[in-house]
Amino acid sequence: MKKDIAINLNGVEHRAQVEPRLLLVHFLRETAGLTGTHIGCETSLCGACTVLLDGRAVKSCTVLAVQADGRSVTTIEGLAQGDQLHAIQEGFWEQHGLQCGYCTPGMIMCAHDLLERAATPTEQEIREALDGNLCRCTGYQHIVNSVQAAARKLGKRKTTRAVAAD
Amino acid sequence: MPRNGKSNGKGNGHWMGQRLKRKEDPRLIQGISHYADDLRLPGMLHCAFVRSPHAHAVIRSIDTAPARAVPGVVTVILAQDLEGVGNVPCAGVLPDLKTPAHPPLARERVRYVGEPVAAVVAEDMYAARDAAELVQVEYDPLPAVVDTEKATAKDADLIYPEFKTNVAYVHPLKNGDIAGASKRADKVVKERLVNQRLAPVSMEPRGVVAQYLPGERTLTVWSSTQIPHLLKTQISLMLGLPETSVRVVTPEVGGGFGSKLNVYGEEAVVPWLAIKLGRPVKWIETRRENMQATIHGRDQIAYMELALKRDGTILGLRARIFADLGAYYQLLTPIIPTLTALLITGCYKIPAVDIEITGVLTNKMATDAYRGAGRPEATYVIERMVDLAARELKMDPVEIRRKNFPKPTEFPYNTSTGVIYDSANYQMSLKRALDLAGYSKLRARQKAGWKQGKYYGIGLSTYVEICGMGPSSAMPAGGWESATVRVEPTGKITVLTGASPHGQGQETTFAQLVADQFGLKPEDVAVIHGDTAAVPYGIGTFGSRATAVGGTAVYYATEKIKTKMSAIAAHLMGVKPDELAFGGGKITTKDKKKSVGFGEVVSAAYMARTLPPGMEPGLEATHFFEPSNFTYPFGAHICSVEVDPETGETKIEKYVAVDDCGNVINPLLVDGQIHGGIVQGLAQALYEEVIYNEDGQLVTGSLMDYALPKAVHQPQFVLDRTVTPSPVNPMGVKGVGEAGTIGSCPAVVNAVCDALSPLGIKHIDMPLKPEKVWRAIQSAQTPSPAGKRARAQSRARRTA
Repeated sequence: MKKDIAINLNGVEHRAQVEPRLLLVHFLRETAGLTGTHIGCETSLCGACTVLLDGRAVKSCTVLAVQADGRSVTTIEGLAQGDQLHAIQEGFWEQHGLQCGYCTPGMIMCAHDLLERAATPTEQEIREALDGNLCRCTGYQHIVNSVQAAARKLGKRKTTRAVAAD
Repeated sequence: MPRNGKSNGKGNGHWMGQRLKRKEDPRLIQGISHYADDLRLPGMLHCAFVRSPHAHAVIRSIDTAPARAVPGVVTVILAQDLEGVGNVPCAGVLPDLKTPAHPPLARERVRYVGEPVAAVVAEDMYAARDAAELVQVEYDPLPAVVDTEKATAKDADLIYPEFKTNVAYVHPLKNGDIAGASKRADKVVKERLVNQRLAPVSMEPRGVVAQYLPGERTLTVWSSTQIPHLLKTQISLMLGLPETSVRVVTPEVGGGFGSKLNVYGEEAVVPWLAIKLGRPVKWIETRRENMQATIHGRDQIAYMELALKRDGTILGLRARIFADLGAYYQLLTPIIPTLTALLITGCYKIPAVDIEITGVLTNKMATDAYRGAGRPEATYVIERMVDLAARELKMDPVEIRRKNFPKPTEFPYNTSTGVIYDSANYQMSLKRALDLAGYSKLRARQKAGWKQGKYYGIGLSTYVEICGMGPSSAMPAGGWESATVRVEPTGKITVLTGASPHGQGQETTFAQLVADQFGLKPEDVAVIHGDTAAVPYGIGTFGSRATAVGGTAVYYATEKIKTKMSAIAAHLMGVKPDELAFGGGKITTKDKKKSVGFGEVVSAAYMARTLPPGMEPGLEATHFFEPSNFTYPFGAHICSVEVDPETGETKIEKYVAVDDCGNVINPLLVDGQIHGGIVQGLAQALYEEVIYNEDGQLVTGSLMDYALPKAVHQPQFVLDRTVTPSPVNPMGVKGVGEAGTIGSCPAVVNAVCDALSPLGIKHIDMPLKPEKVWRAIQSAQTPSPAGKRARAQSRARRTA
C-alpha cells in the first residue's frame, strides 16, 4: 500500500505516493530525479549518499522516504545559489578535493554538517567527522585541505555579512 | 612544502607546470554530472543477476517460475538462452596456458561465489531484485579449491578435470649465473612473502546501460569502463554484431583502479537483453556484487632468496611465485603475474635471476589488474628482501640500497629481467627523502625509544616501476594511443583522446599541454573522451599511460596542425614557415616583425580561398603514438611508525614520499595521485584483505568486513619530487597513477618489522592488523637484549 508523503527538497515541496520500503536515496534519485546523491554500498558504510535531513547529515540509503515525510532535505544540488558555488564546493574545487567525484557530494554534505557545528575545526576533528565517508582516490589529504579552505571562506563570509549588517 | 627549483616541472610554456584547478570539477561538485546509474532512457528496464552462493557446485536445476510471477518482471534468462553469445574474453597469451571457457552466465557448474547464473529483468529495480531472490537454483556442492599452494598438489581436487591439474601455467625467467651467485655468496637470505588478495573497490561500482535502435541498427552501451574502444570491439565479437553497429560511451566513471580495465560478462548480457526485449536495460552492480564478482588484485605467495656478499652486494635473486588466478580469466588475468617477474630486481643491480611463476586456478573470483598490477607485488618482495638482508648483514637499510643502485650514468639500464630502465637517479631521490624525514634523528629517537619500551620503526622503500604502457610489442592488445586535435572555425580547440579517464583529470592536463603548444588558454581547449562514435580508436587509461602515451599522441597531433598553420601563416605573410612562433593568440616571425592572428589563419583554413596552392582545407590532425619503451618512474618513501605492544596497533607518525615521474604538467593533480596511491599501498600493508574461508565462501563480502582506509587513519603526507625527464617521449613525462601504491606498501611493512626488531621478529605477513601484530609480539621467542629490556619496562609500566 502506497503512502502519501511531502518532502521539502532543496526548498521546494515534493509530494509523492511511495512504497513504505522506498529508501530516501531512491526517492531522491528515481522519484525526484536528483541524481547528484550517489549510492556506493547501500549499507550506510561509504557515505556517498549523505544528505541533510533537517540540516543534519544522514545516509539516505538507510532512511526510508516515509521517514522524511514533512521534513526538509538538502542534497548536493541544493547548495549552490545559481552560479554562486557554496564555499565548501569552492574549497573542494580549489584544493583538488576530488578525483573521480563519486564520493564528493556525500563528502561535501558531511562537511556541511561539520561546519554548521564547528566553524573552525582542527584537522583531527575534520578527519573524525569524515569517518563515515569513504574516498578511494584522494587519500583524504586534499579533502581535509578542502574543508579547511571552506571553513576559512565561511568565516570570511560571515564576517563580511556581520560588517554589512552593522 | 620544499620544492626543487625545477621540481614543479614547468615547461617552456605558460601552462605546463601550473597547479591549475580542474576543468571537470564544476559538474562533479554540484552533483550534475552523469555516472551510469544517473542515465534515464524512455522505457528503460532494470536487470538483476542471480549469483552462486557456492564456491564450487554442479547446477542441478533452476526454477524461474516464482520469479516470473513477480509483478513487473519481464523476463528471466539462463545460460541456455544466450545461445550464440561468445565467452568473456581474455587477451593474455602464454606458452602452454590452460584457458578455461568463461561463459557470461554459468553453464552446468559454478566455480566461485558470486558467479552469475541467471539474469532477471523487470520494470523497476525493486521488482528485479525481489524476483532475483525467488529464482530457485538447486546445487550439488563440490569440494572447493581454495589454498593456492595446496591446489598445485598432485592429489588436489580439480576445478577443471579436463586439464588434469589446477596449474594454469609455469612462467620461467632466467638470466645470468645463478648457481655461481649462490656459490660466491657469503649469505643467502630466504623468506616466504605473501601479497594478499585485495579488492579494488572503486566508490562507483560497475554499471551497464544498453539501448538498441533497430531502425538505425545501432547498439549503444554506456558502461563504467576504462577501455571504451576495446570494449566496443569485444561486445561486437561476443554478440556477433558488426563492429560498426556498436557504440560504447563511458559516462562519468567513478574510479577504476584497474577493475574497469576489463570486459565482463554483464557487458554482454545487458546489451543482449536490450536487443531481445527492444527496450533499454540498465544494470548497476551492488557493493556485494562488486566484492564478489569484480576482479581482485595481488594474491601471490613468493619464496624468495637473495644471495649477497658480506658488504651487501647482491649477487643473485631466486623467486618461486604462486599466483592465484581464480576460477576464470578476465581480460589480463594470466599475464599480470608475469609483470612481477619483469620488475622483481627493483632499482638494484642484480646480475643473476632465476624466477618461476606458477599460475594457479582456484575457486575464487579472477585476479587481474589492480593499481600497479603485478608491480606492487614485485616491489614489495624485493624491498622486504633487501631489508631482511640488511638486518642479517647488520647494515643500515640505506647503505645496502645505495650499494646496489646503478649509477645515474648507467642509464638506460638493462636489467637482468630483460627491461630497459629509461632514466633515473635513485641516489638523488633517496637523499632527498632522508633529508626531509630527518633520518638520522629518527634513528636516534628509535634507539632512545627502545630503552623506554617504545617500539618506533623506520621503513624505507626505494622503488622503480614500469609505466607508460607501453610499447605494443610488450602489450596484449596494442600499447599505442590515439589523439585527434581539431581547431574549430571559431578558433576553439577540440581534443579527442582515446585515453578515457576515470578521475585522473585529462580534461585539464591535456588542455594545459595544448594551450601551451598553440599559445592559447586552457579554457580554449575542450577534451572529449569516452565515446567511440566521436573519438578515434584508442586503448584507454591504465598502467599510468594516459599522459605518457595519450598525452604524447595529443602533443604530436597538435604539432601536425601547427605545421599546417605555420604553412598557411607563412603564405599569408610571405615568409618561410619554419621561422614562426605561436603565442598570445598570434603566429609571429622569429624577428617579431610580422605576425598574423591565430583566428585569421584558422579562417583561412576553413574559408579555403587564400590557402597555399594544393593544400587541403580544414584544421584537424590525428596521431597514433607508439612509444619506443615503457617509462620508469621511481622514488623513495620513508615511513616512521610507533607500534603499541599492548594492542598491536600501528600508528604512522611521519610519511615522506619523494617521487620522480619526470616532467610534471599539473603538480596539484600529481600530488593527488601520490596521496591516493600511498593510501592504497598503506591499506594493503595495514588493513585490507579479501578472505575466502576453507569452503571458498567470501568472508569479506561487504564494506563492513573489508577494511577500507578512512580519513582518520591517515597522517599528513610530506611530498617532494625530483625531476628526471623520460627520453621516451618529447614531453619527458613518465606517469604517476601507480607510484604511490607501489612505493608505500613496503615502506610501511619495513617500518613495522623494524619497530619489532628488538623482539627478534623478522617478518609478519600483510595486512599488519593489530591482532596479528599483537600475536607476533606475544609469541616472539628470542627477544634481543634491547627487546627484553623494552618488554620488562613495558610490563613495569603496566603494573605501575
